[in-house]
Amino acid sequence: MFFAIIIWLITLVSVVLTVGKYWWLPELASEHGVALDRQFMLTLVVTGIIFVLAQVALGYLVVRYKDRPGRTADYSHGNDKLEVVWTLATAVVFFALVIPGQSIWASLHLIPPTEDVVRIEVTGQQFSWNIRYPGADGKFGQLKPELTDDSGGNALGLDPDDPASSDDLVVPVMAVPVNRNIELMLRSKDVTHAFFVRELRIKQDAVPGMTIPLRFKPTKIGHYEVACAELCGLGHHKMRSTIQILSDEDYASWLKDQAEE
Amino acid sequence: MGEAVQAHSVHEAPAGFIRKYIFSYDHKVIGIQYYMLALFSVFLGMTLSVLVRLNLAWPGTEVPILGTIFPEGAPDGVMTPEFYLSMLTMHGTIMVFFVLTTAPQSGFGNYFLPIQIGADDMAFPTLNMLSFWVTFLSLVVMVAAIFVQGGAPISGWTAYPPLSALGEIAGPGLGTGQSLWILSVAIFCIASLLGAINFIVTTIDMRAEGMSMMRLPLTCWAWFVTAILALLAFGVLLAAGVLLLMDRHAGTSFFIPGGLVVSDKLIDHKGGSPLLWQHLFWFFGHPEVYIAILPGMGAASHILSTFCRKPIFGYKAMVYAIMGIGFCSFLVWGHHMFMSGMSPYTAIVFSLTTTAVAVPSAIKTFNWLGTLWGARIQFTTAMLWALGFVSLFVTGGISGLFLNQPAVDVYLHDTYFVVAHFHMIMGVAAIFGIFGGTYYWFPKMFGRMLNETWGKIHFWITFVGVYAIFMPMHFLGFAGHPRRYAELTSFEFLEPLAAVQKYISMFAFTTIAAQFIFLAIFFWALFRGKKADINPWKATTIEWSVPTPPPHDNFGGEFPVVHRGPYEYSVPGAAEDFVPQTAPDVATAKS
Repeated sequence: MFFAIIIWLITLVSVVLTVGKYWWLPELASEHGVALDRQFMLTLVVTGIIFVLAQVALGYLVVRYKDRPGRTADYSHGNDKLEVVWTLATAVVFFALVIPGQSIWASLHLIPPTEDVVRIEVTGQQFSWNIRYPGADGKFGQLKPELTDDSGGNALGLDPDDPASSDDLVVPVMAVPVNRNIELMLRSKDVTHAFFVRELRIKQDAVPGMTIPLRFKPTKIGHYEVACAELCGLGHHKMRSTIQILSDEDYASWLKDQAEE
Repeated sequence: MGEAVQAHSVHEAPAGFIRKYIFSYDHKVIGIQYYMLALFSVFLGMTLSVLVRLNLAWPGTEVPILGTIFPEGAPDGVMTPEFYLSMLTMHGTIMVFFVLTTAPQSGFGNYFLPIQIGADDMAFPTLNMLSFWVTFLSLVVMVAAIFVQGGAPISGWTAYPPLSALGEIAGPGLGTGQSLWILSVAIFCIASLLGAINFIVTTIDMRAEGMSMMRLPLTCWAWFVTAILALLAFGVLLAAGVLLLMDRHAGTSFFIPGGLVVSDKLIDHKGGSPLLWQHLFWFFGHPEVYIAILPGMGAASHILSTFCRKPIFGYKAMVYAIMGIGFCSFLVWGHHMFMSGMSPYTAIVFSLTTTAVAVPSAIKTFNWLGTLWGARIQFTTAMLWALGFVSLFVTGGISGLFLNQPAVDVYLHDTYFVVAHFHMIMGVAAIFGIFGGTYYWFPKMFGRMLNETWGKIHFWITFVGVYAIFMPMHFLGFAGHPRRYAELTSFEFLEPLAAVQKYISMFAFTTIAAQFIFLAIFFWALFRGKKADINPWKATTIEWSVPTPPPHDNFGGEFPVVHRGPYEYSVPGAAEDFVPQTAPDVATAKS
């Protein structure tokens, strides 16, 4: 009985703390996040039901079939029909949950960017983010690693001989226009980092030697924290930046202000 | 079908102390050696987790003794971020390799596989001795990494390059410490390969007359399949480790791409791929999860059947499920890499294969519940751990249904949700399997009984404790708390979560303190415990029909003949409620 009471209590407390949403996902600020959050909730409900049923059943069986005077155990080696039924049932439930959810992933990664996408380059380094905007020409200038000079103000190794690089803007924080398709081109100078914004429901490793696209559409004006989510060294925990979601006008004037500085 | 190739006695009973207890060929001694190595390691790994939890909940705490031992990593006894990361790395590494891989498979497997199949030893006793001492060497090298200049590596137990490949320029502990870490892991791989070959050959070749594969106890099935996984997985990790060492010391560039600039210095490497390491590592890393948990599943099944006084429900389904899990475990490694930058198309494939692995796992759970149905449950301490195992296996397993979906994983990847998931399943559930095995088999291994009352106290504190520790970590994950953060002060969104971290640490310390109860009853029983009978649990398998402790060749020259399956409990018409596998006749069977 004791075992059952403890296990039921653990189950109850777990359910109450989950349903109460005392610790929860932050407010959503991106378009794909709607479907992502819905899939998260659906998964939570399905796994929650399995969790409760299994723990309650375990507690029940332990009480019901405990050793008592006069009790004999059934002599049974199982039931093949039951095995087939619960194997198929499990497979159907699990795949029915997982397969439809793949469309969210596909919408993020498998659909080519639109013509009007706002492209921004993000380069991680121990322990900061460099954000680069292409400037008025819409072209990113060439980078030469050997020209990199952090203290000299050329963190990315921008090649001054390339005309496209003259109007490139490199800043430590990011701003993007609301309700526009954004594509971040993720890179890293040194080790693997990961670009994580909770409210936008985006996370992607930035891997040295690769340029990885990360697409989203912000839907809510605001100011959010950017965290590194891949262990990158002793300063991993303080690799912080911010991203501002601005209206079109504010975005234009922000870009102008930054360029003048 | 038991075509038993009965091995003749391959070695004589040794005379001297060194031959008998140190460089022993006897699988039983080697099993105990492995178990003791794991026992040392688990307390070491736990001590490291105390430091980790202390730093998270009460940063800046002065621990004077730390300052004395590690003047660099903890000046004046206050942990630096790099010291935190190196403790975290060593905690994970020591627990995964020297506890979870070592105790359930090499410890219990070595001791009980030969006895349960009716063999006088493993197929290759010298190889067996060698595999233990190579494991020991690996542990020595691993522990040495903590004390060298710069300290232990800060790159985590997954050691992703380029961080792990570049040397000290990328951070403290990434010089000598990282090299020793890789070397130790490579040595461990060699030991595991030697062990795996031995387990496989022994299971196939050394079974007693009448012991067909489908009469094997589920423990043996688990050890057998685990050995196959180890053979296929550790070879790949060994190769990856050698390549990484070469990148560090021989100037190659397997994992380091061109044009890297670290601390404003151009790195002279080109052409490598950081993702190559991740593929190799996780090709090992995911089967490794099952290497840790399958023997626990075997032990839980074995114990449940014994104390339910009932045959295991769906023996065949259980065997197929073990095989299914083993097979699928090699097809799912990519689910660790959804955010790594690999092709998004592959992510969908890995997501589906990972969903497939959940099906045999569910079959196991159903069959355990089916075994309880209609049982006559005896609440021994071993049984409590087995029941705890089932509960934790469900809890730790279903959170996998979030992480196997790439879209949901976008949010949860590398948060505390992942920490909660793998601790519940491969950490805690596997440890519950080990504890279950310990309380169940201790009488046979050491000839004395563990104290049941104190054992139950140990169980209850641990069971409630692990839920109190790891359940809230799921909530930290919901809030997006990234893992592997040494300090929690740089982000606004982490501030409200600090209270949860404190709460988790308090329960962690309580639960860890309770493990000293175990240590006390273990060593008390070793010397003072009540003498054990041959068959204290009235169980059916062969280990319970040999003397306690078993003689050098296990059977005193008379090899057993097996007449039936492993879990014949409560057979109608039998004299007692269990019929040993070796009993020729049901009606007259006695212990």
